[in-house]
Amino acid sequence: MFYREAGDFKVSYVDDSQTFPIKFDRYRYYVVLAVAFGIIPFIINDYWANALLLPFLIYAIAAIGLNILVGYCGQVSLGTGGFMAVGAYACYKLMTAFPDVSMFIHVILAGGITAIVGVLFGLPSLRIKGFYLAVATLAAQFFLVWLFNRVPWFYNYSASGQINAPERDVFGIIITGPNAPAWATYLFCLIFLTVCAVIARNLTRGTTGRTWMAIRDMDIAAEIIGVNPLKAKLTAFAVSSFFVGISGALFFAVYLGAVEVGEVFGITKSFLVLFMIIIGGLGSIFGSFAGAAFLVLLPVVLKVVGADMLGWPTDIVAHLQLVIVGGLIIMFLILEPHGLAQLWRVAKEKLRLWPFPH
Amino acid sequence: MKLNLATVALGAVMAAGPVMADLVFPSLSYRTGPYAAGGIPFADGYADYFTLLNERDGGIGGVPAKVIECETGYNTEKGVECYESTKGEGALVYQPLSTGITYQLIPKTTADGIPMHTMGYGRTSAKNGDVFSHTFNYPANYWDGASGAVNYLLEENGGDLSGKKIALVYHNSAYGKEPIRTLEELSAKHGFELVALPVDHPGQEQKSQWLQIRRDRPDYVLMWGWGVMNQVAVQEAANIRYPMENFIGIWWSGSENDVLPAGEAANGYKALTFHNVGTDFPVFDDLKTHVVDTGKAAGAGDQVGTVLYNRGLYAAMLAAEAAKKAQEIHGTADITPAMMRDGMEALEINEAKMTELGLPGFGPAFSVSCENHGGDALVGVTQWDAANKTWSLISEFKATDGDVIGPLIDEDSSAYASENNIGSRC
Repeated sequence: MFYREAGDFKVSYVDDSQTFPIKFDRYRYYVVLAVAFGIIPFIINDYWANALLLPFLIYAIAAIGLNILVGYCGQVSLGTGGFMAVGAYACYKLMTAFPDVSMFIHVILAGGITAIVGVLFGLPSLRIKGFYLAVATLAAQFFLVWLFNRVPWFYNYSASGQINAPERDVFGIIITGPNAPAWATYLFCLIFLTVCAVIARNLTRGTTGRTWMAIRDMDIAAEIIGVNPLKAKLTAFAVSSFFVGISGALFFAVYLGAVEVGEVFGITKSFLVLFMIIIGGLGSIFGSFAGAAFLVLLPVVLKVVGADMLGWPTDIVAHLQLVIVGGLIIMFLILEPHGLAQLWRVAKEKLRLWPFPH
Repeated sequence: MKLNLATVALGAVMAAGPVMADLVFPSLSYRTGPYAAGGIPFADGYADYFTLLNERDGGIGGVPAKVIECETGYNTEKGVECYESTKGEGALVYQPLSTGITYQLIPKTTADGIPMHTMGYGRTSAKNGDVFSHTFNYPANYWDGASGAVNYLLEENGGDLSGKKIALVYHNSAYGKEPIRTLEELSAKHGFELVALPVDHPGQEQKSQWLQIRRDRPDYVLMWGWGVMNQVAVQEAANIRYPMENFIGIWWSGSENDVLPAGEAANGYKALTFHNVGTDFPVFDDLKTHVVDTGKAAGAGDQVGTVLYNRGLYAAMLAAEAAKKAQEIHGTADITPAMMRDGMEALEINEAKMTELGLPGFGPAFSVSCENHGGDALVGVTQWDAANKTWSLISEFKATDGDVIGPLIDEDSSAYASENNIGSRC
């Protein structure tokens, strides 16, 4: 009734190949954008920004990046935390070396540096697959964290080995450091997320994305029909690492402000982002958003309900959280292996026929 | 992005906070995770002291104290969430009990005008109050700890450590790396050789480090560990039959949890401290009457009198005294974080005051000033008696090497000041 193609006539090829061909979808997309850009920045406060929205936006970028590699190209990676660390440290070195350059450029360059590192660690993917590749990327995770802990040049020889984000601005508006207003940090991350999501969406709809999916579905067949596996796999690693690097840079510079590599970018971070795309849905941009939102919001909601409203002891709530998140992951894997994105897809199919299903 | 709307709705629920009436002392605790063994007793001690003040004295200056607990799990992201969710409730002072979270909160608390007290942890150079206006680390910091350990060893060796070899087993994080700088300076000054052995988080795997100690046979081993790393290190030291009396931990490596698993073998292990141990103080009788026996104790209530419980109690006592000072300075019982900061900066702890509080000889006497946020840097040494399962103070609180630490603090804090454009304040 509300959600259908009927009567939505396309009269040109451009109309026909747009991202959201159904009118309802398109309007919903515009409404979300309008709320995110036009309303939230005016009502946001420090708590929303730092506890909920910034982590959600940043994890969503990381999840999109990992989804390109794992969900679209089928190359399992456990090195997300390490690649995020590359982005963070690249951003830190750039921020301290060129204080006058805009943060936008630093973050993009940090993504570019991570893309190069990602391609280097992606090279083994040409020879090994599946679990073996996962182990190779796991090595990247541990190597990178060790490197940033071991070589003092990366943390500018500070006594504690921590990196701290100095105050930097974009067009005179402070983006990093403690004095950055909540709306500015939020908008900064939102712009990156929007651009990344649009790029990812269009890449996956075009030739590049189709070659990735061909490699994912059956690499030998893809090779026979003329897909270059070298190019496909390495572009997937490059694009994925670029996004993950951006998220790492934002995570350090905008969200946390001070980072200790072993604690923040450890193996748990790799697993967290992997869980996000598994719960959200492999091979789906919407799934990356849904998974990131789910795993960022759920602990906070549980904490608010359990500790703040019901007044339970904090340790019980923290343990319950582990039980519930673990239980939900198992439930999802059994009941809906394709994640939240698939639930959304099914809901849309049902809505198309509603109220007159066959 | 579609879920942003849900986020907004959720935020609206949370924005409706309670009315500001009590003196709020948030406790960023960790009762879960690999560091819970240390986090639980500290959080219990911190909460119980405020419960005692409420039950016995009706609060601080007539205003009840309220402890809001927030679980961080020693995780910086959760620490940020906890900070943001509690700061709106009128939080007077933050004590995150984590060096990682401290580094994150130093700029944030300064920008928000809320004081932070990092007692015996955090950024050492925060001692320079001229630069770090809202961060306090009295009564002692890591560099005092390093110097205190070396001073103690000097005493044992008749004032000469030249040619000795000292190993440092440290948690490979900001926390563990903190003393290296000072120890390097001290090794140059006193002529001992320093060997640094990092242990990665969480510290269960230390075989190779202790193998190296077994091979190199250092005369002394110092340890900067926390959580499960401590127990493992003590056990490993026992396994290679390293003489325990030559093994000295920092104050975070000197609780019952760390030595009990090794049993008899841990006998003689030493740890630094900046407060006294045991329950032989009048305040514990009050605690028993007003808190424990009435069933108001925090947590399971089984931690009373352990080293870290006492430390939590001590932290709460210092916070309460600073609040009293703030009430005195500003002439109002309902103080704000800014007033609390003034109270902390004017804090003076002496023997008479501690006796009055029922804690005679519990900690060193010290005073805080605008330039000195770190107190007088007095460090003592405790030793574990495995047969009686007790810690005892074997060396009184003694002065540390200010000639070495002072310039290092100036250097580090002035680097921070120039990085962040902070001018002189005092």
